[in-house]
Amino acid sequence: MPGPFLSLLLGSPAVGALQGPWLRPPPEDAGPENGSWGPEGAQENESSVHLAVFSLDYQHVQVPFEITLWIMLASLAKIGFHLYNKLPSVVPESCLLIFVGLIMGGIIYGLNDKSPPVMDSDIFFLYLLPPIVLDAGYFMPHRPFFENIGTILLYAVVGTIWNVFGIGFSLYGICQVKSFQLQDISLLHNLLFGSLIAAVDPVAVLSVFEEIHVNEKLHILVFGESLLNDAVSVVLYKLFRSFCEMSTIKTVDVFAGIGNFFVVGIGGVLVGLLFGMIAAFTTRFTKNIRVIEPLFVFLYSYLSYLTAEMFHLSGIVAIIACAMGMKRYVEANISLKSHTTIKYFMKMWSSVSDTLIFIFLGVSTIGDNHEWSWPYICFTIIFCLLWRALGVLVLTFFVNRLHVNTVTSKDQFIIAYGGLRGAICFSLVFLLPDFPRKKLFIAATTVVILFTVFVQGMTIRPLVDLLDVKRKGESVPTVGEQIHIRFLDHLLAGIEDISGHWGQYYWKDKLEYFNSKYLQKFLLREYDQPKSSIVLLYEKLERKHAIELVEAGQLIHAPSHTSLLNSNRSGVMVKDSDSLNEAVLENIQKILTRNLYKIRRTVPAYNRHTLPGESGTAEQAKEILILRHRSLRIHMNRSDSDHSRKEKNDSDSAHGGSDTKPKLRRSLTVGNPEKVPGMKCNRSKSMSFSSPLQLGSTELVNEEEREKGSHAEIEIHMKESERKKEVCRTEALLLHTIPAHLLRTGSKTC
Amino acid sequence: MGSSSSMPEEVQELADKTGFTLEQIEHLHRRFKQISGDQPTIRKESFDSIPDLEFNPIRSKIVRAFFDKRNLRQGPCGLADEINFEDFLTIMSYFRPIEMNMDEEQLDHFRNEKLKFLFHMYDSDNDGKITLQEYRKVVEELLSRNPHLDESARSIADGAMMEAASICVGQMEPDQVYEGITFEHFLKMWQGIDIDTKMHVRFLNMDTMAHCH
Repeated sequence: MPGPFLSLLLGSPAVGALQGPWLRPPPEDAGPENGSWGPEGAQENESSVHLAVFSLDYQHVQVPFEITLWIMLASLAKIGFHLYNKLPSVVPESCLLIFVGLIMGGIIYGLNDKSPPVMDSDIFFLYLLPPIVLDAGYFMPHRPFFENIGTILLYAVVGTIWNVFGIGFSLYGICQVKSFQLQDISLLHNLLFGSLIAAVDPVAVLSVFEEIHVNEKLHILVFGESLLNDAVSVVLYKLFRSFCEMSTIKTVDVFAGIGNFFVVGIGGVLVGLLFGMIAAFTTRFTKNIRVIEPLFVFLYSYLSYLTAEMFHLSGIVAIIACAMGMKRYVEANISLKSHTTIKYFMKMWSSVSDTLIFIFLGVSTIGDNHEWSWPYICFTIIFCLLWRALGVLVLTFFVNRLHVNTVTSKDQFIIAYGGLRGAICFSLVFLLPDFPRKKLFIAATTVVILFTVFVQGMTIRPLVDLLDVKRKGESVPTVGEQIHIRFLDHLLAGIEDISGHWGQYYWKDKLEYFNSKYLQKFLLREYDQPKSSIVLLYEKLERKHAIELVEAGQLIHAPSHTSLLNSNRSGVMVKDSDSLNEAVLENIQKILTRNLYKIRRTVPAYNRHTLPGESGTAEQAKEILILRHRSLRIHMNRSDSDHSRKEKNDSDSAHGGSDTKPKLRRSLTVGNPEKVPGMKCNRSKSMSFSSPLQLGSTELVNEEEREKGSHAEIEIHMKESERKKEVCRTEALLLHTIPAHLLRTGSKTC
Repeated sequence: MGSSSSMPEEVQELADKTGFTLEQIEHLHRRFKQISGDQPTIRKESFDSIPDLEFNPIRSKIVRAFFDKRNLRQGPCGLADEINFEDFLTIMSYFRPIEMNMDEEQLDHFRNEKLKFLFHMYDSDNDGKITLQEYRKVVEELLSRNPHLDESARSIADGAMMEAASICVGQMEPDQVYEGITFEHFLKMWQGIDIDTKMHVRFLNMDTMAHCH
């Protein structure tokens, strides 16, 4: 009979797929799936004599198949949202995903007519949460995080404790009211509920805040708090849970709880740092097997998480400490490609996790798991909001007294309003031991999560616009700024030393010293000398540029050199200027546009969907064009000067030494620094700074004559790799430091 | 100006002049005595006795700043040979944190003072502008812990200078020469960095005192 067979075929694998290994069936259900193949099996048995030409064995692939289907659903949902561009800006993605989950849950409920399965807490804590936290920790911007660490810790620790006790006690007060019929919920149960509902959830915060782009300080405050409060909520949750099972509670136990908090927090950090150092050490030896380098990052981070969980320490704090600790050394040791791989994989995994979590949240909402009680649930929401607002107000008052860097009242509002609850609370509530009122707690948690994600998540963006909260500044990091910041760092460290005050800069300096003296020797493969952040900043670009230049350099042929050279001279005070060879330039421009260069930004990657440095524009192609001109000229000039040095030694010395000229080109300064103190910035039409103007017009003319006679040398010189490197260095520097608008003016006349 | 703790009026005068509290002045005086070895004045050599300062790459500039007459408000240029406690306090007062009760004008003035201090550190020949040479020297000192990076130091400085030129002057004629960064340009460059909250040392808790040799 095709009818029942078809329905079984369609119905049961689908439902079976939906249940999957992620979700365990709700307690009262027994899965009927195993018997589903009965009729088909019977049919098989009747014709068991013959060999089956076509057979279906679902059991064999069930687990991986269902996992893949869920992930596929999540990813397709994501594509769907982003197809319609306006949607993510109005409704945050987390809401949409929960909505999809609700629909899925509804479908399952409708099909099976029983509660859909509920998300397994183990799966959540062991598989879904670590990638998100790892991603957050790895890309955490160091400077703002450590500058605000005091405030973050204050909010995370004291704020969470305040919230827990506040919510717990006030709910207990509500339970005392006779008409609500809630008297059987004891104080301890209320405190237990408070401990799991009070903590701000990093997953929810991340997914909402990354779309609204508030200023860096505010972002790091909310986000850092949501990550670090895990230590506190873990301790309090476990504490109250064990108190529930104990008959009597002595003060010793309370002190044990406080001690436990320190163990959990500090132990988590130590475990994380330990694994981070081991990871850095391991990558020191991976030079010959570059392919598995990314794996170590993930393995060690995950190990740190699991180890911390094993000892009942805070896994989130461990994984963050691991990621932050190892990042610096690992990035110095691994290849560029491994680095890109790590970035992409992390973003991918955290994206998938994030999506799955919200979908499961939606699915698990539907069902018979809930016991509704209007007063309890309403008051829970009210108290959550109230206590959070109070906590933020009080704590900020203290923070502003101690700090110069104040948290404004707008910021405070956003911090209070951005305290979203999410999947962690949800999983924790399912882990509660069974007691009569558990379903009420589940219902309350679900409502609070849905409220915060939907209502607060959707309205935070208009509120940010309305209150005109300071947004993230769009500034390209410049070398000059980096110099100034480092200068200030050292200056303040010096003043602190002189005044005898061991302050923030003193300790930072000491840490840097310790790092350069001991850690780097041990953990870095190529340890030459300690690297300043200024140098690192511009070396990164240099590498990328070197690749680009190698590609582009081979495409340009010899005959075009003369015309380029002559065109470059046109803006400068030189008598003869040949006409620009337009066709050649256009050709070059076409070639270069194909190899688009993307300026790599060192701003933190908050966005889940794109990686930093992925927005290519046409202007950058023009920039490359300008720089190619310059680099070619540099090549030719240097080749000329070398060439001329061999041939015309006497005339060179008359010009003040051509050995100064290569120095000029290399450092791209205008003029001989010993001779002329000022710097000439020549914003000429095609080229800019590098023309040695002050050598005098006669010298220029001489140079021109020399250059005309050495075309043949050019191609050979071009291929020499060290020259390329030098040009790359300077070019990289230029590209990095010169704003685009400046170079654009040059390109117009080209 | 040796033992100010026994002369409250002088201390009060100092407090009014530099903005420190009496407690802070007392602490700084103790520190001054430590550095100077109980002498009434300190010279450049006295700073050698501070152990942690040795590893600071811009040590010479910092020490020099203490003796710079422009910072001491004693003259347009030149270096003093020795400074007394009042001068010490004057220099330290540049690093006071901004206070909540300051109004806009005071904040502006304070900010300007701090930036002027920085400017004087960059501009070593006192000509009122930071030339390429001076900028290079700054970068070289900053990178002085890395011995192999002389060339890069130059290129970095050059690039930074060009950046500065573009920020401050914008479009330039082909023949224009960029002499150096003047104080106005310097102000512009530092606009992005929040000086008010960054450039200060907390003189609150001075109990943890570092010791000299």
